[in-house]
Amino acid sequence: MPKIIVEVMPKADLLDPAGKAVANSLQRKGHAEISNVRIGKRIELHYVNTPTEADIAAAKQIAADFLSNGVIEDVVNVIVEN
Amino acid sequence: MKIGVVTFPGTLDDRDAQRAVRIAGGEVVSLWHADANLHAVDAVVLPGGFSFGDYLRCGAIAAQAPVMESIIDAANGGMPVLGICNGFQVLVESHLLPGGLIRNEHQHFICRDQKLIVEDVDTPWTNGFKLGQEITIPLKNGEGGYIADADTLKRLEGDGLIAFRYSEVNPNGSVNNIAGLRNERGNVVGLMPHPEHAVEPGFGPDTPSAMRSGIDGLTFFTSVLSQVVNS
Repeated sequence: MPKIIVEVMPKADLLDPAGKAVANSLQRKGHAEISNVRIGKRIELHYVNTPTEADIAAAKQIAADFLSNGVIEDVVNVIVEN
Repeated sequence: MKIGVVTFPGTLDDRDAQRAVRIAGGEVVSLWHADANLHAVDAVVLPGGFSFGDYLRCGAIAAQAPVMESIIDAANGGMPVLGICNGFQVLVESHLLPGGLIRNEHQHFICRDQKLIVEDVDTPWTNGFKLGQEITIPLKNGEGGYIADADTLKRLEGDGLIAFRYSEVNPNGSVNNIAGLRNERGNVVGLMPHPEHAVEPGFGPDTPSAMRSGIDGLTFFTSVLSQVVNS
């Protein structure tokens, strides 16, 4: 199934409490080599047909307007996967 | 004096908000998320809860509901709108108020009687308070940390758009102790604490005079009713 994958991450300068909790847990498990963890979202949009240029443009707009909130998050990737 | 109270799937405090409106002397109209008709209400309350399970981001899916299109139009036309907790998140996601709300800095859900300082009394929801008044309002949230970029913060501070600040304790890491905001016009107010839980003696926060006697939240609702009567 053709997909457009949108990846959203909390802004780099923002505290990511979920990532911090996972990082603390990894530290406790002895993974001193891991200095930090950040957790974002991967959102898959499924298409019946191969997405057109217009579909991709629409997906980018949806990613910016709805799937992410520019105040707290960045869209780091929009990938077409056929 | 009809005050609409919106129910989204996952809304928790719509009944409490309705009760607060009635105790203040207003008439309640229940508004449903899927119905764009505002049924001729004079003001709207977006209550607290976990609309659409907090999926995607708190308030993000609710902000796209049919009723919100009408509320955004009405708010831009000057109708008073109060967003409480999840309702504040819906207002932010609807771009009726700036900034964003993220998970509490300490990562825990918090529930406490919270002291606030009233920073603005020129809105329909706050005109019954005195400027600088300290009030106690229950606070209960997991994602109540208010953030905004430096330019927005400067504008909020410079234009006097901060309606409430946390006093004594910053419970969730909100920048500049921001507990609530107003828009430029003043008709839209949002805050994380829950005024509808402090409207009736016996069921509110403790005060020095008696346990659970705090009713500071009632002033939000009597304020808007007096405003609507006078306009």
